[in-house]
Amino acid sequence: MTADFRPIETAPRRGAAIAMRAVAKSFGPAKGGYHALGPISLDVRPGEFVSIIGPSGCGKSTTMLIAAGLMSASQGQVEIDGVALDRPLTDVGIVFQDHLLLDFRTAIDNVMLQQQIRRVDRMVMLEKARELFRKLGLTGAEARYPRQLSGGMRQRVSIARALVHEPSILLMDEPFGALDAISRTQIRHDLERLWLDTQKTVLFITHSIEEAIGLSDRVLVMSQGPGRIVEEILVDLPRPRPAHLGHYPEFVAYADRIYAIFEKLGVYSFK
Amino acid sequence: MSLSGDRPTARPRAPLLSAVAADRLLRIGLPTLLIAIFLGLWQLSDTLFDIPVYMLPRPSDFVPQFWLSFPKLWHNTWPTALVILGGFAIGTVVSIPLAYAIASSRMLEKGLYPALVILQIAPKTIIAPLLIVWFGTGWMPQLALTTVMTFFPILVDSMTGFKAVDPRLFYIADSTGASRFETFRYIRLPAAMPYIFSGLKIGMVSAITGVMVVEYIASNAGLGYLTLWASAHLDMPLMFAAILTTAFLGLVLNLVLTSVELLLMPWLKRDHDS
Repeated sequence: MTADFRPIETAPRRGAAIAMRAVAKSFGPAKGGYHALGPISLDVRPGEFVSIIGPSGCGKSTTMLIAAGLMSASQGQVEIDGVALDRPLTDVGIVFQDHLLLDFRTAIDNVMLQQQIRRVDRMVMLEKARELFRKLGLTGAEARYPRQLSGGMRQRVSIARALVHEPSILLMDEPFGALDAISRTQIRHDLERLWLDTQKTVLFITHSIEEAIGLSDRVLVMSQGPGRIVEEILVDLPRPRPAHLGHYPEFVAYADRIYAIFEKLGVYSFK
Repeated sequence: MSLSGDRPTARPRAPLLSAVAADRLLRIGLPTLLIAIFLGLWQLSDTLFDIPVYMLPRPSDFVPQFWLSFPKLWHNTWPTALVILGGFAIGTVVSIPLAYAIASSRMLEKGLYPALVILQIAPKTIIAPLLIVWFGTGWMPQLALTTVMTFFPILVDSMTGFKAVDPRLFYIADSTGASRFETFRYIRLPAAMPYIFSGLKIGMVSAITGVMVVEYIASNAGLGYLTLWASAHLDMPLMFAAILTTAFLGLVLNLVLTSVELLLMPWLKRDHDS
């Protein structure tokens, strides 16, 4: 192994395990700073789809950034496949709420940024990118610039960018938060199909109960100030899950449980 | 009753011009017409508004100057153009890397920013006499002022450009394992390009102002010198020709910049294919 930590191969890899051990985060000075998160501990099994749901500002995004090695934890540590993480994780794809595409690159070139920086074979990755475009319903959009695409399509390109290098982990921070309800349902389904095909480990941050139950094997519910994981819900529903989950009593039961937790936490107070 | 109606509908007559052609005609024709009217009124200014020709020469008085005094105009265009390009080049080469350094370093930004803001808003032409004392007459003080005047707009706009990148894009870059240089090359520089070019365009206009000011004060060649010479000799037609040549020079330089901009940044083109 060289000092260069770039994965060279682009062959599909099985998902990696994510473990967070008593991770806490404070901002500002060590004394009197703002204690934002934790301590939290969580384990995501290889190939598992786990959602973290919680109210705004509960530290969900911070949790994801720490899991990706992009933000350092004040306490505790992150392990990927049992190895402590001390630098940004590169065997990963990240999707944020905003597409964060480069407006000076065409859709396909935005995805191929991964190829340029990781210096892998161009033809191989171009083929992967085209295949992802096909699976994500982006065929024909390759040569378009982001501003020529709809919001839903931009986010699909952003998902393709996070998957083209076949990472073992996919981290998503409210990826459908900025989309309309119709696009959201479709893209949720497409993501589920992609995940079923590839079995990557997914850590999915959301504030939508429907998305969390519609996608996850397991939902972790977080409370606010400082963010802590208060409840774990195993979602045992057949896949692929339908578009309109509200029809199914099992779904309603899971949703009720999350609402009940939120109410207990004071996230909702309906009088 | 059916929705389409029972009346035989008249076949729509084919328009004389397609919508695109009509739009183009309007876009080119209307400004041309307005300029023609303006020039026509100017030509008649002497009879219509009683403005003496020795104060405001008519187009028919100064337009022939472009070929009658062509050697004079041509010989004086070069020194001016060279100083503009030289000062512009130095200003660009110094300011863009400095802008990147300031945008990347908190220390540099905190230390330099107040001074830069003060210098940026201060009028630069006021130091022209000082530069003449330091560098004498000729192209040296011209180059110095042109450099100073292009430097600031390019610096400020480039800094804005380098800082305009969404910080979360650096997360994406880090997760690909990008080095600092790769992040600069693939993300920061191209993202800053539109800002840099807007700075370059303002810088170009400032460069022309800079060289003209010094040429007015102390010089023996250049378009500013020619303009002032014509003014001193009350040669109004030549003066108008010199002023218009200067304006034309600025136009050409700006056109070059815009062409380079579109060449480097094809994504800024109008979406004609969508």
